[in-house]
Amino acid sequence: MTIEVKNIVKRFGSFAALDNVDLKVGKGELLALLGPSGSGKTTLLRIIAGLDWPDAGEVTIDGEDALGHGASERHVGFVFQHYALFRHMTVFENVAFGLRVQPRAVRKDEATIRARVKELLDLVQLDWLANRYPSQLSGGQRQRIALARALAIEPRILLLDEPFGALDAKVRKELRQWLRSLHNEIHVTSIFVTHDQEEALEVANRVVVMDKGRIEQIGSPGEVYDNPATAFVHGFIGESIVLPVEVSGGSVRLGDRPLNIAADGAASGASKLFVRRHDMQIGPAGTGSLEGAVRHVRSFGPIQRAEVALTGGEGKTVIEIDAPRDRELQAGEIIGLQPRRYRIFAAQD
Amino acid sequence: MSTAVARRSSLPGFGLTMGLTLTWLSVIILIPLAGLFLKTLDLSLVQFWEILTSRRTLNALKISFGLSFAAACVNLVMGTIIVWALVRYRFPGRRLFDAIVDIPFALPTAVAGVALTQLFAQKGWLGAPLAELGIKVAFTPIGIFIAMVFIGIPFVVRTVQPVLIDLDPEIEEAAASLGANRWHTVFRVIMPSLIPALLTGFALAFARAVGEYGSVIFIAGNLPNVSEIAPLLIVIRLSEFRYADATAIAVVMLLAAFVIIFAVNRLQRWAQTRAPAH
Amino acid sequence: MSTQTTFVTPATRLQAYSSTADLAISPPSGRDASTRARSAVASKDLRSEPGPIRFIIIALAISFLTIFVVLPLLVVFASAFSKGITAYFAALAEPEALSAIRLTLLVAAISVGLNLVFGVIAAWAIAKFEFPGKTFLITLIDLPFSVSPVISGLVFVLLFGAQGYWGTWLQAHNVQILFAVPGIALATIFVTFPFVARSLIPLMQEQGTQEEEAAISLGASGLQTFFRVTLPNIKWGLLYGVLLCNARAMGEFGAVSVVSGHIRGETNTMPLLVEILYNEYQFVASFAIASLLAMLALITLVVKTVLEQRLDEGQTPRDELRDEP
Repeated sequence: MTIEVKNIVKRFGSFAALDNVDLKVGKGELLALLGPSGSGKTTLLRIIAGLDWPDAGEVTIDGEDALGHGASERHVGFVFQHYALFRHMTVFENVAFGLRVQPRAVRKDEATIRARVKELLDLVQLDWLANRYPSQLSGGQRQRIALARALAIEPRILLLDEPFGALDAKVRKELRQWLRSLHNEIHVTSIFVTHDQEEALEVANRVVVMDKGRIEQIGSPGEVYDNPATAFVHGFIGESIVLPVEVSGGSVRLGDRPLNIAADGAASGASKLFVRRHDMQIGPAGTGSLEGAVRHVRSFGPIQRAEVALTGGEGKTVIEIDAPRDRELQAGEIIGLQPRRYRIFAAQD
Repeated sequence: MSTAVARRSSLPGFGLTMGLTLTWLSVIILIPLAGLFLKTLDLSLVQFWEILTSRRTLNALKISFGLSFAAACVNLVMGTIIVWALVRYRFPGRRLFDAIVDIPFALPTAVAGVALTQLFAQKGWLGAPLAELGIKVAFTPIGIFIAMVFIGIPFVVRTVQPVLIDLDPEIEEAAASLGANRWHTVFRVIMPSLIPALLTGFALAFARAVGEYGSVIFIAGNLPNVSEIAPLLIVIRLSEFRYADATAIAVVMLLAAFVIIFAVNRLQRWAQTRAPAH
Repeated sequence: MSTQTTFVTPATRLQAYSSTADLAISPPSGRDASTRARSAVASKDLRSEPGPIRFIIIALAISFLTIFVVLPLLVVFASAFSKGITAYFAALAEPEALSAIRLTLLVAAISVGLNLVFGVIAAWAIAKFEFPGKTFLITLIDLPFSVSPVISGLVFVLLFGAQGYWGTWLQAHNVQILFAVPGIALATIFVTFPFVARSLIPLMQEQGTQEEEAAISLGASGLQTFFRVTLPNIKWGLLYGVLLCNARAMGEFGAVSVVSGHIRGETNTMPLLVEILYNEYQFVASFAIASLLAMLALITLVVKTVLEQRLDEGQTPRDELRDEP
């Protein structure tokens, strides 16, 4: 099932939650809406579900106008951030709810409903909890019941709001893989909202990065990580070193020190140089276009993380770099640094 | 199309339920109260003033407001003592006494009225010993005061109690660790944080006492100018078909009640700004 | 993304108290129990007063409550039974008493029924939606709490009385409102107006709209959502509101007294009959009726305590179980 969102605008008072957002979601996709809080991602999800209404714009599901229909008519499965399980119903009744409230004409008989609920509880591997109440479940179990409940109505699309937000780190990782494989199994077009980049990159096959009510970039996890389209995306996804540089006529300078890198067509003027921590090449003092004193080194796993005070310029800039363990760094050591991969964006404001 | 959907909400029924609420509110509350204010327009300002400044009306208002104020003061002091005992100490019957505080809320006012009268009448359980001391309570202004104390006590207790319960024990420990003695801790640290609640309880008890009718009229004696409260005077004027007089007194009392609600709302806002963020 | 977390701070509870000024004590929050336990544990010397002062404070509190609250309650029952149990039941079996009881039950049924329906409707509109002027609307709903009962009756006399706005018209068309059941019911509805709405609004605000949104997204209609999801979640709060509404409806004196006309055997409710019999020095009969009302008050208090515990439990969700690794 496809979803198309066109020119959506949504304001809360003077605050623009969504500012002209366009988005197309293809059949069977597993799409992540990624962004910091207040970026409008949950609002967009709620508008698609019919739980919120835009001030302007269009939403179509399978080419059919969705805004003319309320949430109850859209056939959209929605998994709430805090699950919103009906606290006075058993797990079984929670999952059966969507089937029981169908209009009499299309409602299935009791036996069919029971069989369907059983099937769904099997799918989420929690059939043994059928008679429990939500308060007797763990967070991860609640999450999976909420998903089973949403799937019961055979939704055209599945929407998940921060599906792992309320879980502790370990369970979160397990559920991610589980969601991924569940999607492979049932293949329903799905969108989930997250502020956790790792979650988005690991689970989704396409990632939509949002900030301040706008879409910054849409792409595969690899694309948004390796080729960030904007300074925001570069800063938000992965850890980056950001240096204030001056671009003039194709050359790049940090303070009074020229950097031996190409401007890559960046416009002249005050700019920002983005380098991933692990994309900083380390050499002996004198090599590379930057130089700095190692102030502090911590080693863990395959890498060592070093705090380096850059020399030149104001001499106040301290950056953190990740280097492989094959060359041990020492505090006090002067090293040369050269960006291996980098991006230059015009400095805003 | 987009303007048509702009105001929609995720849940249905807002228009219908809001419409019904406003209709019901208007029929039961707003139109009758508006009728009261409209009625005063039948009076010229001079007439209005004459009614209010007639000796009997003035005395009734003085008795109602004056005794209510006195009763609320007693409630403030005794309410604080009761809250302190209930929250801070363990003693046999504590839970029972905690429950008993609500009785003046729950007991129908007419029942409270006849009970207090019986209790303080000259041959009553308390009236008899008091009479021997030469104190007459029933059918005097003291009786009015007693009834007002009775109905006001839960307001102070139930307003202050949750605040004292929620008071962070650490602030007292901090005060003690800074060298304050118990007296200082109580009066300089605890009491100041209870002030908004105490004032709110006081205002609520006062407002209730001013408007009270049932529990007062039996014990009051109802002598014009001596022990006649304003609500009773309204009833008397109504029975004499002097609607204008009744309305004028009612409007004054209603305005006083509004001023008190307004003050209480301000007090709460003040309390809220002072409450530490949780 | 409007999350509706309700922090139950002392201040918000104050709000509940002041507005539900009369019988109503807003449903308590779950925090009470735990804090109470904590302060009990922490009552070390540091946070307590010297023994003699403690004794004086407890003694003052107990004597005050005994004199002002316990004794009046005991007097009711002592006076009712002062001429023996036979006299007591004989007084209750008087036709006048029976008719007062019937009228009281009828008026309570009408006013509680109507306030129940409209209270739920108002709570839905106020708690589940955001709109400008919400605080003002709640203040209007609270108005009857701050109006003297006598004035609550007076406003209906001004509308329907012989010299009232619609008095002539009503007389011409032979419609009896004042000094009859409709007037008594109207005055009672007025004074009990806020109870149901006010016990539901904080509860429904705290529960938020998530479960309702989930139901809607699963295809439920508005009514299905209300009856299958909202109502089961607010049932204890609703019962609480109905309980307090009923107690006040049966016990109301001032407002009813103004509109009733005191027609014996016809427009006397129980509280009015208590007054009439007392003024006629029929003390046993008066206190017999009063004892019924006092028992109603006591039962109300007991049930209220039970409901408050229910609400406490409902508001403190059991801790989430830990996920198995």
